[in-house]
Amino acid sequence: MKEIILPDMGEEVKEATISFWHHEEGDKVTKGEDLVEITTEKASFQVEAPVSGVLSKISAGEGEVVKSGQVLGIIEE
Amino acid sequence: MVKCRVLDLGLVGYDKAYDLQKRLHKLRREGRIDDVLILLEHEPVVTMGRGGKRDNILVSDELLQSKGIRIFEIDRGGDVTLHCPGQFVGYPILDLNFHGKNIHKYLRNLEEVIIRSLKVYGIDGQRIENHTGVWVGGRKVASIGIGIKGWVTFHGFSLNINSDLSYFSLIRPCGFESRMVTSMSEILGRSVEPKDFRHQLIEQFREVFNLQMEEHGKQVSTLDSKEIVSCSL
Repeated sequence: MKEIILPDMGEEVKEATISFWHHEEGDKVTKGEDLVEITTEKASFQVEAPVSGVLSKISAGEGEVVKSGQVLGIIEE
Repeated sequence: MVKCRVLDLGLVGYDKAYDLQKRLHKLRREGRIDDVLILLEHEPVVTMGRGGKRDNILVSDELLQSKGIRIFEIDRGGDVTLHCPGQFVGYPILDLNFHGKNIHKYLRNLEEVIIRSLKVYGIDGQRIENHTGVWVGGRKVASIGIGIKGWVTFHGFSLNINSDLSYFSLIRPCGFESRMVTSMSEILGRSVEPKDFRHQLIEQFREVFNLQMEEHGKQVSTLDSKEIVSCSL
């Protein structure tokens, strides 16, 4: 089991919003592929799959405001 | 020092330029090419970023169509903007692993490049907190909207040098009234020689991002020379 964590995008980027997930719960994902897009005021940022496996849980849904270090979902390897 | 290829492409259709960005982004992400700075102009086109609201386009799709203006919904941050000839557009494809993995710093650096370039012309470009872009006397001269994948950047900035500002009445740029948009030529009361400006901007880009700039040709070959991307569009 591997947590998908929103990386530190720079100390002054305090808040970001989930724009959409490229996958649904239960989908197979490959390490390095785009998983979820985050948007700040002027940037869109892709979070990639940290490992290959099945996306077992989406913890932060579309439109949700998230912070660096927050768990966005879980992949079962 | 990281190298950066400058691609000076002239007037390019939005979709072609977007495809080129994607190809170069992929190669940069794979570490197969150096950083790239794409410079170009677009025919009139409206783009909507992830924060884009249709309400901020003030005319119907039909009217835009009759003027030959297409709308693209794209994967950058920010709201609605417009590109047109006379506007200087830059799409840096930079690997932020070499420039600090910090979105805020990257946005401020893009502003810095533009502010320093304007200063050469005696224009005092300013930042307004929480309103990314470059402003002169409360009016916006440059817009910024970026995308980042695998810490490699795409999309970028647009700066009105000699733009026909009447186009902006079609939209509410980034949610602001269109009269909030200005251009260098409007500020200076004369047109700006694009070649001179391009030279200044490349110089400031080199300084701010500490890059070794390489300007030649319209092709990018991979470091192992196995692939050549033709950028003549």
